[in-house]
Amino acid sequence: MTTAPTPVPAPASAAHSGGGATAGPVTPATATATTAKAPRPGRRRTGGSRAWLAALPLLLFFVIGFGLPAVAIAIGAFTTSTDAPDGGGTFTTDNLTGSLQGAYWTALWGSVKLSLLTALIATVVGLPLAQAVATSRFRVFREAVMSASGVLANFGGVPLAFMFVATLGNSGEVTKKLGLTRHGWNLYTFSGLSVVYLYFLVPLLVITITPALEGLKAQWREAAANNGATALQYWRHVALPVLVPSLLGGFVLLFGASFAAYATAEAMVGSSVPLISMQIGDALSGNVLVGQGNLALALGLDMIVVACLVMAVYLPLQRRSAKWLA
Amino acid sequence: MARLINRIRFGRGLVLLICGIYFAVPMAASLWFSIDDNKGGTTFRAYTELLNAPGFTDSLVLSLELAAVTVVVLLLLLVPAVLAARLGAPRLRPVIEVMCSMPLVVPVVALTTGIIGVLRWGPDYLQDTPLFQTIVAIQDPKFPIVLIIAYVLMALPFAYRAIDAGLRGVDVVTLVEAARNCGAGWLRAVFTVVLPNLRSALLNAAVLTVALVLGEFTTASILGFTPFSVWINSNGKSDGQMSVAVSMLSLLIVWLVLLLMSAVGRGRKAARS
Repeated sequence: MTTAPTPVPAPASAAHSGGGATAGPVTPATATATTAKAPRPGRRRTGGSRAWLAALPLLLFFVIGFGLPAVAIAIGAFTTSTDAPDGGGTFTTDNLTGSLQGAYWTALWGSVKLSLLTALIATVVGLPLAQAVATSRFRVFREAVMSASGVLANFGGVPLAFMFVATLGNSGEVTKKLGLTRHGWNLYTFSGLSVVYLYFLVPLLVITITPALEGLKAQWREAAANNGATALQYWRHVALPVLVPSLLGGFVLLFGASFAAYATAEAMVGSSVPLISMQIGDALSGNVLVGQGNLALALGLDMIVVACLVMAVYLPLQRRSAKWLA
Repeated sequence: MARLINRIRFGRGLVLLICGIYFAVPMAASLWFSIDDNKGGTTFRAYTELLNAPGFTDSLVLSLELAAVTVVVLLLLLVPAVLAARLGAPRLRPVIEVMCSMPLVVPVVALTTGIIGVLRWGPDYLQDTPLFQTIVAIQDPKFPIVLIIAYVLMALPFAYRAIDAGLRGVDVVTLVEAARNCGAGWLRAVFTVVLPNLRSALLNAAVLTVALVLGEFTTASILGFTPFSVWINSNGKSDGQMSVAVSMLSLLIVWLVLLLMSAVGRGRKAARS
């Protein structure tokens, strides 16, 4: 809080985050002055209209970075591509219907199935784990598990795939030790991929559900116990009903994460397990028939539609759980 | 009652044990795999050869550069907007909130499709305009700006939540009013009063962003750039042992950074109180 650093940030902020400088009616030059001036009346109101300027860079960035790709998908999915015989640009629904047929439909359905299965298992496994951790008496243990979950939940991707190849792949350490291949184990299948996905989905559930578990008031449990309820009855009639919105919300979030995952599957199974994200990657690499260059955009649109449905379920649930656990 | 407590303890122990095995075994096995010489002994070949592998340093440096620039750009865009919404224009808040949740709805693969769609406009429609040069320039393989745009978008929801959570614990409006009453200008109030109070929130946002950028694979691989994660993948196809070694190393690095951050944050809080 010394006066020394002020001259340094002032010019820098004027150049880069110009919004910050224009948030008030005072110019950057006078802003750094340390003289004690009384604030002019009405400053808050004029600051309000100018405050929009501070958000302008973000708005602009969003329009360009997010808006343009969205427009590209929306237009591209419904027009023929430039390598089509008619030169491209004409309206068509062929991309969309094509993206919902044959191998692409199998892939979309495969993705939905995989996401449903892994999200369900992760929710069922993650809840007892989160409860065991949240009610632990050791603060260090709780914090260690939470930070580990934070790392593992973001750990999807290539390293995860390689780790499991080294563990449960055809020449993986555990596979060799236990002779799993003789029992029909194969990592590079639907079920193998599910085992891998759980590695980041379970921690993700632990992170999302722990605040809700910590919101379960000890008084509720005591009240139930005083009324003669067993632990089972407490869970059946008190805890679970309060937790249901959070649990469903967590499930939906996991579904979304699993549905959107790309790197792990790409590094591990390539396209031997049909998944929509793999198909998009394939189609984008030019692996489509001539004239179907825009098919990838239609596939992207399919994915966004599914993800939007997911969010439409998630947001109201989150609001409901927030009401109880405030 | 005692029996019930015992049962609960037992159940908890069992759950933790099973999950512990599931999460520890792959790590232990990978560690073993990376030093196993297949003759019953151990070798650190994978780790020593790592540093000399072609592309290792280049891709790692590119990833670190991308992470650094993404953090800077993200904070420069997000912090003024969030502060403005808190201080001057409350009606901005829902707008920013929606903006920062939208990237969550769109899967990364789909976003990448859109980006490729936009990049294709270059050769298709904009050949003779200066925009074409821009589109070429942002795809420079030495420093792909297009990836920065994508990463900032992807990190936006997480960074926004981190900063928003930080702001919830600080009464910024009162702080700024107090600073202004003491004669500080807007800039001074923001830089010397608000931002120091948000330090741990900004740190959190930065850490999440760095972790995201270092691990990101989808966009970079589809767009054809080679940051660290893409290098691991392509290299792993040729040398399995080394790729597992790198994977373990990258996990360790992220973990250490996160632990360090939380330790720093806690130390500061303890020092203040």
